[in-house]
Amino acid sequence: MNAVAENSAAPALEAPVVIRVDGVTKVYQMGRNEVHALRGITLTVRRGEMIAIMGHSGSGKSTLMNVLGCLDTPTAGTYDLDGVRVNGLSKNELADLRNQKLGFVFQGFNLLARTSALENVELPMLYDRSGRRRDTRALARKSLERVGLGERLDHHPSELSGGQQQRVAIARALVTEPTVLLADEPTGNLDSRTSLEIMALFQELNEQGITILVVTHEPDIACYARRIVEVRDGRILRDEPLAKRRNAADDLRALEAEAT
Amino acid sequence: MRQSVLLKVATQSILKNKMRTFLTMLGIVIGVAAVIVMVAVGYGAQESIQKQIGSLGTNMIMIMPGASTAGGVNQGAATFNRLTPADYEKLQRESLLLSAVSPVVFTTAQAISGQGNWRTRINGVSTQYQQIRDWPVDQGTFFTEADVRSARKVAVLGATVAKNLYPNGDAVGQQIQIRDVPFTVAGILRPKGQNAGGMDADDIILVPYTTAQSRLSGRQRVGQIIGSASSPQDVPAAQEEIRGILREAHKLGENDEDDFTIRNQDEIAAAASSATEVMTLLLAAIASISLLVGGIGIMNIMLVSVTERTREIGIRMAIGARGSDVLTQFLVESVAISMIGGIIGVLLGLAGAALLGHFTGWTTVTPPEAIVIAVGFSAAVGVFFGFYPARQAAALNPIQALRYE
Repeated sequence: MNAVAENSAAPALEAPVVIRVDGVTKVYQMGRNEVHALRGITLTVRRGEMIAIMGHSGSGKSTLMNVLGCLDTPTAGTYDLDGVRVNGLSKNELADLRNQKLGFVFQGFNLLARTSALENVELPMLYDRSGRRRDTRALARKSLERVGLGERLDHHPSELSGGQQQRVAIARALVTEPTVLLADEPTGNLDSRTSLEIMALFQELNEQGITILVVTHEPDIACYARRIVEVRDGRILRDEPLAKRRNAADDLRALEAEAT
Repeated sequence: MRQSVLLKVATQSILKNKMRTFLTMLGIVIGVAAVIVMVAVGYGAQESIQKQIGSLGTNMIMIMPGASTAGGVNQGAATFNRLTPADYEKLQRESLLLSAVSPVVFTTAQAISGQGNWRTRINGVSTQYQQIRDWPVDQGTFFTEADVRSARKVAVLGATVAKNLYPNGDAVGQQIQIRDVPFTVAGILRPKGQNAGGMDADDIILVPYTTAQSRLSGRQRVGQIIGSASSPQDVPAAQEEIRGILREAHKLGENDEDDFTIRNQDEIAAAASSATEVMTLLLAAIASISLLVGGIGIMNIMLVSVTERTREIGIRMAIGARGSDVLTQFLVESVAISMIGGIIGVLLGLAGAALLGHFTGWTTVTPPEAIVIAVGFSAAVGVFFGFYPARQAAALNPIQALRYE
């Protein structure tokens, strides 16, 4: 754990811990076979970090993502999210935790079709049982403005490009001011230029203090994170800060200059 | 999730698949409309029968020839007619509890006036008939005791008959011919309207029963004797009294069965209404089957919808929807479909009942509680048949739902 703290990137060094995973395993029963998807993961994430979780398919990174996202519970080990012990929570408590502490961004955008961008972003607040937020419309609008989509509030997903849809998804993830933003292959369905735009947005948000976990198998994407955690066969293979962190906005400008 | 949001989500998804929603709804619409029409016809029949029985008269007792075979009403389909004018006279003389009594001799004949002719029912009765039936004359007078005694050829016309024989009015005092026998019109009865079985009560001519026997029917038997008890409380006792008098008149022994049947108004009403109640229930039960089929249609479509929207459910769960939120969402949707279908069905049913009444001349009555029950029942169908699909949706694993293609 101390090692992890040392590994943390500069702005997060003394920041409070938001995720603490200790010795987490996950075993699936597939017929007669037991599949060990996670074989003892220990990981600490501090506020303000931007981490890329890397690994090939079958490495266990998706399972780790599901556990971190409170969509799945570990077989053994402990998971604390923002001071809450996730183990042993009921389905409803997990749902509330996802609603209040996590923001999801998926590879396939996962927006509700035939529902406007504004309403998509508003959705998580409608499931908020604490009733913290009153003016959900205004908050949704603000969140969309934050990702640069203030002009397209009433567009439906089918009327938006892939990059714009992913921005809507990011706005939806941000609107509840989550403790952690979890992005699962967020650029998997996007071309390289749009991918850069999205990564630039993530970096910008991270600069503003938002903790981001990006699951990816592409080194090109991982290089925009502050820290890389590589998973293989259900174990953490390496966990280290990125020495030469790239700036997506700069890369985007370079790409544009090249094109003209 | 807030109610308004739930309703909005349901509306959205209902509107998304307009054609499908419409077809699903159609099952409920047809089911509810069928129930409403059937109940309307059933209640209508019941009401018109009750109204007619109510209009028969006051504290009325009917004596029909022939033994009643079972608990039901054997309304004079006698094998052997054993009621005579002598029975009537004996009742008239000896009964203490009957305030009025009259024989009824039934005939049907063509009546001809200077202005028209009309085939109608002709009842030979005594003067007390109008008291028993509570049926005064509007114009002219009823015939008198003397007319009856002397079997004079005088007639009192029902309103319908008067209208058809004398379109220009002024029937009183005119001569009409019934089976070539000239009758003088003494008066015209006050209109009574429809009677049981939807017949026109005013399509009738009343003549003295003595005249009817000697001039028209030629038979000594009377079709029926009707009487009126002094008060409602006296009806049962009066029935017993009549029975005693008639058994004596017919010289029946201790072990002989009655060869006549006595019914009071309430018994007739009860028998008639129990028959129509059974009919109404039967019709409504058959119609409810289509409602059931409509419900199965909803369940089917909701299951398809849950499968189609697996990914949507996954998204909702990932961003914090509880199982109960998803369950409620789908339940609201199925209930909305079935309730809107129910309301449209009620409107369609009311229109259908009115149309049916218009074209067939049947009385149709839709009791308000039938509408409430129909809408409530369709909502219940939505809950019942929507619950299973909704639970399927709520039980989905968010990880698998998100991965669903």
